[in-house]
Amino acid sequence: MSIVTVRRISQVFFLALFLWFCVVSSLGVESWQLRGWPVSWFLQLDPLVALGTILTTGTLYANLLWALVTVILTLILGRFFCGWVCPFGTMHHAVGYLGKRSKTLSEEIAGNRFHPLQSIKFWILVFLLSAGAGSLLALGIRQGFRSSPLLWMVFGGSIVIAALALGGMWGDRRKVGAVLIGLVGFWAATGFVFGGERMIGASLQTGLLDPIPLVYRSVNLALLPLADSSTHVLSVDQRYYEGAWLIGVLFVAALLMNLKIPRFYCRFVCPLGALFGVLARYSLWRIGKACSDCIQCGLCEQDCEGGCEPLGQIRIPDCVLCMNCLDGCKHQIIGYRTAPSASGEIVSPNLSRRGALMALASGVAVIPAVRLGGQLGANWNPGLIRPPGALPEEEFLKRCIKCGQCMRVCPTNIIHPAGFEAGLEGVWTPILNYRIGTSGCQLNCIACGHLCPTAAIRPLTLDEKKGLGTFEPSGPIRVGTAFVDHGRCLPWAMDRPCIVCQENCPVSPKAIFVREHYSTVRAGLVSVKSVARGRIELAERPFRPGEIATGDYFLAREGLQDGNRSLILENSEGAVTVQANGHAVPEPGEKVHVQVRLQRPQVDPSRCIGCGICEHECPVSGRRAIRVTAENESRSRRGSLLL
Amino acid sequence: MRSAKAGAAVALAGGVSAWLFDPEGPRAPSASESDLVTLPDFSVSGLDRKLSIIQGADRVKSLDVALKALGGIEAFVKRGDRVLVKVNAAFATPAILSATTNPDLLAEVCRRCLKAGAASVVVTDNPINDPESCFSLTGLREAAHSAGARVILPRAGFFRPTTVAGGSLIKDWPLLHTPFQGVTRLISIAPVKDHNRSGASMIMKNWYGLLGGRRNIFHQDIHNTIKELAMMVKPTLVILDGTTTMMTNGPTGGSLSDLKATNTLIVSADQVAADAVGATLLGKTVSDLPFILKAVEAGVGTADVESLRPVRASAV
Repeated sequence: MSIVTVRRISQVFFLALFLWFCVVSSLGVESWQLRGWPVSWFLQLDPLVALGTILTTGTLYANLLWALVTVILTLILGRFFCGWVCPFGTMHHAVGYLGKRSKTLSEEIAGNRFHPLQSIKFWILVFLLSAGAGSLLALGIRQGFRSSPLLWMVFGGSIVIAALALGGMWGDRRKVGAVLIGLVGFWAATGFVFGGERMIGASLQTGLLDPIPLVYRSVNLALLPLADSSTHVLSVDQRYYEGAWLIGVLFVAALLMNLKIPRFYCRFVCPLGALFGVLARYSLWRIGKACSDCIQCGLCEQDCEGGCEPLGQIRIPDCVLCMNCLDGCKHQIIGYRTAPSASGEIVSPNLSRRGALMALASGVAVIPAVRLGGQLGANWNPGLIRPPGALPEEEFLKRCIKCGQCMRVCPTNIIHPAGFEAGLEGVWTPILNYRIGTSGCQLNCIACGHLCPTAAIRPLTLDEKKGLGTFEPSGPIRVGTAFVDHGRCLPWAMDRPCIVCQENCPVSPKAIFVREHYSTVRAGLVSVKSVARGRIELAERPFRPGEIATGDYFLAREGLQDGNRSLILENSEGAVTVQANGHAVPEPGEKVHVQVRLQRPQVDPSRCIGCGICEHECPVSGRRAIRVTAENESRSRRGSLLL
Repeated sequence: MRSAKAGAAVALAGGVSAWLFDPEGPRAPSASESDLVTLPDFSVSGLDRKLSIIQGADRVKSLDVALKALGGIEAFVKRGDRVLVKVNAAFATPAILSATTNPDLLAEVCRRCLKAGAASVVVTDNPINDPESCFSLTGLREAAHSAGARVILPRAGFFRPTTVAGGSLIKDWPLLHTPFQGVTRLISIAPVKDHNRSGASMIMKNWYGLLGGRRNIFHQDIHNTIKELAMMVKPTLVILDGTTTMMTNGPTGGSLSDLKATNTLIVSADQVAADAVGATLLGKTVSDLPFILKAVEAGVGTADVESLRPVRASAV
């Protein structure tokens, strides 16, 4: 069996495993649903997730330790993950085959030639990582300033370099100007970082382009709901995800690019591939030529997936170990071995120091820029309701990789990928939407936090979520608070009984309670013509038969106190029959009120957990008459409501 | 040749236009009567005035005594019958909170139906919370499966519009209809619960779970709605479980302190009478619950419990 066949088996296996994990990421009792499968395993293998969260939080969360396995294997084998494991890479690989079918040999070889823009992926990697490294840099500089020996050393060094540079100016050296400008820039940047530390932040943005979160997100939020829309095998009813069209379009666009250039995403965009590329320079085994008696036939580049030019000086950072060159070489010159290639190799990424610095600086600067809107401060968005257990917003943004696992597993389909609700840096992070889906956040469900690979949503116990046992003093986890819109609520605004919200409130005692209120209905002030055994003839005829006999309407004598109302049992246009009530029988000629008994909902903010079941059930189906916003959420004091 | 092609194209365009020509435009949308479905009468003639009220803390024992008093489940379910059991699975809460039909009771009813020769037993409801979570967390799915019954979760395509004859509220409204296909017997099992808007949630209120759409608008006229639900459904047998009654914080409950042991199981062919007995467990009378009087008036059943000569017994 050739090495290429082994690689294909490996690719198909890991792709199938990935798709299986996507399928089983749903709650239920079927054998194919969550049964302890490590459904986030590919995310845990991803060293970019691990490195990103290390930079932002300084810790390596639980199962992200798996990334160490990938790193060690990469240091031994090279970019094996890209060519052998990555499910997204396998998809590109397959689509790339389709694109090659009508091409001639020379066109294929030309299509696999190295392109200088393949270095874009390194820029992207540096940019995304430095967006997460802002606070770490600030911390480093601050520590530097705290320990005076280090500060004096840097300062002294700067003076020496400046003196040398100035001295060199008479010697007509070309680099002198650059060194001086660099020093001025360094001290200016240090001052900025030190002084502007409140604005410098760490925001984990690798998930935007990291292929593993990307492929999870795309398959779970766009592909599966579409594939399952006619069969409904995977979910009882249609799953919806707000804005999933964009996720789907980007996914399909990335795949279609392979028709033009094979493995376009892997070669030009993929930041994870770039990270592996950086590591691969130290790898023990590499692709290379055994000797230099090569006739330069070029067949090795016919199917080269990485565009890494094994024919000449092989570019190790771009080689995805597809092994097609081994098969292609008819003279058995190319091999996979520990010795360097006979025709030489390029081991470092095609990224200049200046380019790397620029990507770093812009990455660090972009986070303060996107936070200029103040959404982490006074301008926080109350519509941004995070899943139960989500960390405070700053900490949350340091961990969320936008993989969509919480959205996939949520049994009620209320977790959605955010648009700009959480600012530019919060695109595709989870946000709750109580209008879509089958209910609100279920009281006895803690699934989202247990699938979150980075603990941006903490894995809660049921006791912690519901505030039981040892968690009783802190109370249940609140994701927001419900507010009644008195202008839309039926009993408040329209004299119609309702209280669906109160009934559905799942906490005990209910967070929604009702206040009884008797309201005289429109045209409800009527005069009594005659009274006979509970049947009261009216002078006016304002009612349809049965209209006020629903069990909610009462006849009340004017000026008398409560308790002197009697329930209306029947009515015709001009007469009502009331339940016997001694004090409430009116006299002929008297003015009486027809009143409706309303129970008006009130929210007790000390009980409300913001689960949104009330909002989901509210019969005012467009803009709901009771709506949850993030005030009083447990995760932050920013929006706390109560003393 | 070219003019022939052009002529053919003109003729084709003209023909298609003439064929599709619609001078009036679309009309205002209206419900077509022909799409409407109604539920058949599932009651067993001659047995429609049966009622037993059994005291006891063990639901399975109480059910045994109750059914024996009524002539056994075999009197209601014959060989080859296809039975649908409408449970109350409204909320995704554990069975111990009694906000939903008790799973042991469901399993026992399903088992007895199958033992009596029923060809199939399906269990369904359109709950308020997420259906999947509701049936799993309440234990109802497992109970049904263990007894050999099938659970049907509601889907968008399972609803067909219905209109209640003689009613005025439930008109052209989506009804959970697909699970009823081929069904010949209907049994409802519901717990007795406090309900702020209607006063009580028992058997008649339980039919609410057959409605789809944004049904919560019916809360504006809850008593007439419950009356119309009772007019809509003519069950074979109803089982009102007052072994534990939710006295407060209904219909969701959520705490054991909302519950009270009332140790009563009501098995009845008359749904109104069952609710009339259930009301007493909540400390209410028939006149506190307008929907019962309205249902009596509509001829659905009787609230004069004694007129049915109920079997009262104790299952200890």
